[in-house]
Formats: sequence, C-alpha cells, structure tokens
Amino acid sequence: MRLLSADTLRLLVPALSLAVLLAAVFWLQPRTMSYTGLNLLFNLAVPIALATIAQMLIMMVNDLDLSMGTFVSFVACVTATFLNTDPLIGVLILAGCIALYAALGVVIYLRNLPSIVVTLGMSFVWGGLAVLMLPSPGGASPEWIRWLMTSKPPLVPMAIVASVVIAIVAHWLVMRSAFGVVLRGVGGNQRSVERAGWSIVRARAAAYALAGFFAVLAGMALVGLTTSADANIALRYTLLSTAGVILGGGEFVGGRVSPVGAVIGALTLTLAASFLSFLRIPPDWQIGAQGAILILVLALRLVLNRREAAESAK
Amino acid sequence: MTAIFSKPWIWSFLATIAVFIATIGFTAGASTLGLAQAALTFAAFSIIVGLGQMFVITLGPGNVDLSIPATMTLSGTVALKLMDTNNDLILVGILSALAIGVVVGILNYGLIKLLRIPPIIATLSSSFIIQSTAIWYNRGIRIKPPDVLANFATASTFGIPNVAIIALAISAIAWVLLEKGIYGRWVSAIGQNLRAARLAGVPVDGVRFTTYVLCATLAALCGFLLSCFSGGAALNMGAEYLLISIAVVVIGGTAVAGGFANVPGTWGASLFMFLVVSMLNTYQASAGVRMLLTGVIIIAVILAASRKQSA
Repeated sequence: MRLLSADTLRLLVPALSLAVLLAAVFWLQPRTMSYTGLNLLFNLAVPIALATIAQMLIMMVNDLDLSMGTFVSFVACVTATFLNTDPLIGVLILAGCIALYAALGVVIYLRNLPSIVVTLGMSFVWGGLAVLMLPSPGGASPEWIRWLMTSKPPLVPMAIVASVVIAIVAHWLVMRSAFGVVLRGVGGNQRSVERAGWSIVRARAAAYALAGFFAVLAGMALVGLTTSADANIALRYTLLSTAGVILGGGEFVGGRVSPVGAVIGALTLTLAASFLSFLRIPPDWQIGAQGAILILVLALRLVLNRREAAESAK
Repeated sequence: MTAIFSKPWIWSFLATIAVFIATIGFTAGASTLGLAQAALTFAAFSIIVGLGQMFVITLGPGNVDLSIPATMTLSGTVALKLMDTNNDLILVGILSALAIGVVVGILNYGLIKLLRIPPIIATLSSSFIIQSTAIWYNRGIRIKPPDVLANFATASTFGIPNVAIIALAISAIAWVLLEKGIYGRWVSAIGQNLRAARLAGVPVDGVRFTTYVLCATLAALCGFLLSCFSGGAALNMGAEYLLISIAVVVIGGTAVAGGFANVPGTWGASLFMFLVVSMLNTYQASAGVRMLLTGVIIIAVILAASRKQSA
C-alpha cells in the first residue's frame, strides 16, 4: 500500500465504484458496449460534471452553493434565448453573472454571511429571472453549441472526451497551478494564507468567479443536448453536484477536493440512473435505489479510509 | 433600547411589521384580520419544521436535515391511509406519524454515525429512500383526513388558528428546553466546540441522536397537520419546506455556524416569509417577479442583520 499516496487512494473508491457500475451495466445490457451506447449512457454527464466542478470550487473555500440548480437553469434559459438571437447581449448577461458570483464570494466573506443562506436567497433570484425570461419551455440552442455537443469524434464518444478534458483542465487549475494552491489554502487554513501575504478577498472572488464560469458552461452544454430550455430544467443539479463532489472524495471543509474525483462522481451518478432502469426496478423505487447506491459507495469509502488509517499507524 | 436592538431576533420582527404595514396599506386595511390569521396559519407549519431544523443547525457546521420534505410526505400519506377518514382511528394516525418521525431520525443518525457520512449527504440519501417509500405506499392516491381532524386543523379558537396554537405550544417547550434545560445547553455547547463539549463530559452522541430524532419527529408532525389542513397528502407537499425550514432558522437569528439558537426569531422569520409572498400577491406581481423579489428581500434582510468580518 506504500506505493499509493493518500490522494491516489482517495480517487480509488470513486474510480472503483464507476468501474463496477459500468461492468454491471455492460452485463445487463451488452449493447451499451459500443460507441453509440456509451454516448447515450454518458451524454447527460457532461453538464452534470461541469456543475459538479463548479460546486467543488465553492466547497473548496468551505462554502456551499444551494443555488447551483437554479443558476444552471437560468443560464440554460439565457443560452436558449439571448445567446441564440442576440449573441452579444447573451455574452454580456453571462459575463455579468460571473461578475455577480465573484461579488457574492466577496460579500459572503466581508459581511461574515453564511453561504448556505445567501445562495438560498440567490436561488429565488435566478429562479425568478428564469421564469420571467421563459415562462414556458422553449427557445433554441445556438447552432455551434449544438454542433459541439453532438459532434462525433473518432473512436471515443464526445461525452467521454469532454469529461476527460474537463477533468484535466480542472485538475491543472486546482491541483497544479499556484492559483489553485492558494484557493485550497483558503479552505484549509485561511489565516495562514492571509499571513503569507495573499489577499483572501481576491482569492475568494476568484474561486466564486471560476465556479460561476463552470456553471455557465454547464448550462450551455445542457442546452446543446436538450436543444431547448425551461426555468426548471436543471433544478436537480444542486443535489447532484453536491453528491458528485462527495462521491468523488471531496470534503465539506478543509479545502480537500479532487477535481478528477468530482468528474468521476458525476459520471457515477449519471450511470446509476441508467443502471437502475436496466435493472427494471419499479419506478416507485428508482429514487430510493439511487439513495441506496450513494450510501453503499460512502460505506465502501469508510472501509478503505479505515485501512488507510491503519496503514499509516503502523 | 440598545438591549432590544442587540437581540438577534429583533430584525425578523421589524421586517415582518414593515411588510405587514406595506400590505394592509395597499388594501387600505380591508383584510387585516384575514391576513393576520392566514399568516399565523401558514407560519405555524414553517415554525414546526423550523424549530427542528434549528436544533440540528445549532449542533455545528455541516449539520442540517435535508430529509424534512420526504418525512413530511411519508407521515402525511401513511397517517391518512391508516385513518381512512375514520374518526375513531385518529389516535392511531397521530401515533403512526410520530413513529415514522422517530424511525426516520434513527435512520438519519445511524447513517451519520455508523458510516461517518456528512449529515447533508446522509439525510439527502435517506430522503430518497423515504420519498420512494411514500410513493410505493399509496401511489399518489389522495385520501381525505377524518372530518374531526380536518375541522380542527382549519378552525380557530378565540380568533387564533388552532395550528398556530400547536406551534406556540411546541415553541414554548423548545424555548424551555433551550434556555432552561440541560439539553439546550448541551446542544449549544456541541455547536460551539465539539471537542471541548466532549471533554467537559457532554454525552455528545446521545445529544446529537436526540436532536436528529426530534427534528424528524417535528417534521412528521408538521406533515400530519399539513395534510389534515389541506384535505389530503400530496407527494410533493413537503417540497417547499426544505428551503423554508433553513431560511426561517437563519433569518430568525440562529447562528448558521452552530452554537446559538433562537426560538422567537423563528416566529418572526416564518411570519415574514409568508407575508412577503402575500404582499407580492396583493401587488399582483407575476410568479417570476414574486420569486425574484423574495430572493432579493431575503438577501437584504440577512445583509442588514450581518456584522463585518472581525479580523
């Protein structure tokens, strides 16, 4: 076990869960073991993975964004309306959203506010704006997003390629760049980062802005897949993104996150839904079974963590 | 005067009064009594779930119960199906609702303790299972409550809605528990510093267990009352109470980081939340505008009551 660092071990459980689940899906439905099958299985994972990375960035600085679902829905509405008809206004709105996210990060810190409550309030704001913009489902996806999301690269389906790209970019940003180290430091020990001469205000603004950026990408990707939007299109994303981060080995406090794990967590959650429908579980119990899978994976992690603790105690 | 203004709950009451005046000002006082009664009725449901959530949040960072909506749905569905509009079975209904609360609480804390899952994820996962159970149990068939219960839940005594009286009684007990009893001291101590509380001999596990069971039981009771009040249980009847239960606790001045709870503020915040919505209804705002303004007002109240970062 010495060969594996703690971080690698942290990734092992989510990766293993995904592999087991994928094997089970292949066994139940061999036809999914193809280019088209994989694409169908993981198609909807791309926006969820992006939202999960966004949530992870917020959790990295010890906050939680309960408005993630409504914000992604709002972005989807903007993408399907303004970004399609008046690209300039659309881009300006989305840029304004990212600026607003940065401002939220600063206000939450300066006024010592609980992030849960502020984002709860924001969820009403985004929801209201989305309803005003698209009172009934509609709109259309901009041509280029549609093209990007449905393009068929050789050998590997787009959904897998996109997930890998998201994981690599997020990993580089958070784990490799100097900027990411400061951000994780804010979650780990804010005071020492401050003493070392970094501006906490700036770091938190950056973390929130980056989260806003990834959430915007999530909304755009979602519209690319669904081709239209409505105000409730992504409400589940608040819970999915949080669960994805935790499944991927992230923690609520202490700046301990794993971008690669988060993407794997998002893929696992997406796959769990397909797995349950292949199992022919009655629809009544599908949500419940999803809860059970979540509990199972976390129990597995507990066992591995205990082993890790025992190893390091030797 | 400064003593009053330093109380964390004063802001929610000031905001409530302001919104109340703004609403009856618009209707020229035409429906003052009706509005006050409606506010007390609907606030009562938020208060009952809010008090449970308040104790859980006071346990410290990360503690929150997301299974409240599912618990409300399950207890309402099961109790109404067991009573089957029969007035003689009311006691069975109440007891089954409370039993569901206790079981859900045990399940929640079992996951948190045995699997060491963060409470948010534990209660989220269990809420999926609870929700599925509710769907499986009666497949969304709407059963009416026994008429004695339905009449009780919608009637008033001396002009005060019965559900508000129940909420008041529960609040009084919660206040005594919190301010006078050892249990409240223990909950606050754990929220302020878990390690210190453990070293000081506080039975940490027992207190946390009791708190999660208490919260789920209150949610179950609220689901029972709400389904009697609204003439039947619906599968989505608890949905809005997830956000409301957290919002009323925090707007009411309970520290979201834990350690400091506040019962009167929960009343102020619950009345405030209902009145904001009814004010916007009176002004005939569209659904989108209503949501948007609700959000802006919540954030404004929190900002007004906030303090600057102490270095």
